[in-house]
Amino acid sequence: MVKMVRKTKVNGEKWVMEMQLLLVMAGGFLGAAVRFALGEWIGSADFPLATLLANLSGCLFLGWFMTFSSRQEGRWREMSLLVGTGFTGSFTTFSTFSLEMVQLIRDGAIWQGAFYSGISIVGGLLLAYIGYKFVDVQLGRRGDH
Amino acid sequence: MLWLVGLGGSLGAGARYWLGKVLMTRSSRDFPVSTWLMNTSGSFLLGLFFDFYLTGQMSESLWLFAGAGFCGAFTTFSTFGYETVKLLVANRVGIAIFYVAVSVLAGACAALLGFWV
Repeated sequence: MVKMVRKTKVNGEKWVMEMQLLLVMAGGFLGAAVRFALGEWIGSADFPLATLLANLSGCLFLGWFMTFSSRQEGRWREMSLLVGTGFTGSFTTFSTFSLEMVQLIRDGAIWQGAFYSGISIVGGLLLAYIGYKFVDVQLGRRGDH
Repeated sequence: MLWLVGLGGSLGAGARYWLGKVLMTRSSRDFPVSTWLMNTSGSFLLGLFFDFYLTGQMSESLWLFAGAGFCGAFTTFSTFGYETVKLLVANRVGIAIFYVAVSVLAGACAALLGFWV
């Protein structure tokens, strides 16, 4: 009996894990596709504007969303896997940022490369912080951690 | 084309989630090792794939699947930003600055290395 209960519990955990993985993958599918579509729409110029826009907007959104969802109850865990870890994690990208930065510098556009990395980092952190802080305003819990 | 990027993206995001579970980040007050590892290794892979693509060793479809899709989704900028902000508000300024510097430097070096080898 104990054995059976234990087995059911292990199977249950495995099922939950698989469901969570599926949620992340579904979000990841959409995030990567939307990032690619945004790149196609903006088009390739001398400056990697598409990646910058995806990364900056993703930072603002994730800063807000993860903070907000961590203060909610119930099904928000699943929601954060689909929308946060899956979609936004996949929509924003660090590898393309690294490669584009290196390419700009390698092509001799050193200042553009420096500007690109600077605005990505400073802008991304600032926007993530604004998103994070916005939850306080929204939930009216200023100064309370 | 969009399907290929999406498919690669779902695998990249899944691998990121799974690796994150395996490497299990302790608290938000410590250096985010798992994100750093994934961003650095993903940057290396993207540099490598980009070289394969440019030299014709990789077709455009495979590049979209593995590069824009998998590597793009496996690495993440938003989590990097969020983790840094969490470190900053927890007053771990030194670790936050170190995390940013080491992420950007290692990412750039890894992409360059992947492109060159």
